[in-house]
Amino acid sequence: MMSRSFVPLVCVTAVMFVVAPWLIMQAPFESTMGLVQKIFYFHVPAALMMFVSAFVCGVASIRFLATRRKASDQTAVAAAELILVFGIIVLITGPLWARKAWGIWWDWDARLTSTVVLWMMFAAYLLLRRFGGPGSERLAAGVAIFGMANVPFVYWSVNVWRTLHPKTTVVPSLDPSMRPAFYWCFFAFLLLYLLLLNARRRLEAQRDRLTQLYLTYDLEER
Amino acid sequence: MIFATLKPRLTGRVTRALGAMTLAVGVLTGLPMGALLTDAAAPDVFAQAQTPPPAAQDEFVPLKDVPPTEQLPAARLVMAAYSVAWIVIAGYIFLLWRRLSRVEQEIQTVGQRFQASRR
Repeated sequence: MMSRSFVPLVCVTAVMFVVAPWLIMQAPFESTMGLVQKIFYFHVPAALMMFVSAFVCGVASIRFLATRRKASDQTAVAAAELILVFGIIVLITGPLWARKAWGIWWDWDARLTSTVVLWMMFAAYLLLRRFGGPGSERLAAGVAIFGMANVPFVYWSVNVWRTLHPKTTVVPSLDPSMRPAFYWCFFAFLLLYLLLLNARRRLEAQRDRLTQLYLTYDLEER
Repeated sequence: MIFATLKPRLTGRVTRALGAMTLAVGVLTGLPMGALLTDAAAPDVFAQAQTPPPAAQDEFVPLKDVPPTEQLPAARLVMAAYSVAWIVIAGYIFLLWRRLSRVEQEIQTVGQRFQASRR
C-alpha cells in the first residue's frame, strides 16, 4: 500500500518545493535583518529535520540493541546519514545568514558549537559503521543514543546560555504573515525527509540482501 | 515502509523519478528566486574598483549609518544559501540513486550466477 503512495508523495513534495519560493517571496521582510532573514525558511526546517533524524536514529538504535532486529539497524543507519545531509544545509546556510545579520561567519557560542558537536557525533557513527569491522553496529548504536541525548541541549542552548542565535520562541511567536511560508517549507522538508529515509532504508536492505546472497553462494560452492 | 515492498524494477523507476524531480524542481525554483534576488542585488563591486584610490586619511570620522553601497549584499547571501540547500539535496538524491542502482544490478548479476551454477 505504501509503495503505491511513494510516487504520488514524490510529486507532492516536488510541487511543495516549487511553490515554496513564491510563498517566501510573499512573506514580509523582517524589520532588523531585511532580506537575509529569508534564509530562515530553509534553515530552520533543515535544522528541525536534523533533530527529528537524530531522534529516529536514537530510537531505532535502542530498538536494535533490545531486539537485534535488522530493520531497526537499517533505519538507524539511514537516519544517521540524513543527519549529515540536513546538517550540512544548516551549517552552511547559518553562517551565510550570520555574516549579514551579526557581521561574522561563525561564533563559538552554545548553539553553534553544540550543533557542530551533534553533526560530528553522527559522522563518527557512520565512520564507525564503515570502518569498525564486525560488531561495530552495537557500538555505533551506543554512539547514536548519546547523539540523540544531545538534541535537547542543542535545542534549549539558546534559552539557557547567552548566544547570538535567536531564541526558540522565534518560531511559536512568528508573525501570522510569515507563518504560511514557514509551515509550507517545514512540511515540504518533512515529506522530503520521509522519502529520503525510506529510499536510504531500501539501500541498506538491498545491501544486506546482497551480503546474504554472497554467503549462500559461497556455501553452495564449497 | 514505503520502499520495503517495492520490486527492484519499480525502485529503479522511483529513483529515476526522484532524480528527475530534483532537477525539475531545482530549475523551477531557481528561476523565480533568481528573479527575486536580482532586483535586490547590490551594485557590482568591480565598478567600485575602477575608481581612483582616495587620498590618505588624516583622521577617522564616525558615521551612524553605513550607506547602502557599503553594506554586504544580502541578496547574494540568500541566493547562495538556497543554492547550497538545492545542491546538497540534489547531490544526495543522485548519490542515493547511483548506489541503489549499483547494488540492485549486483544482486541481479549474483542471482543469475547463482542460478547458473545450480543447473
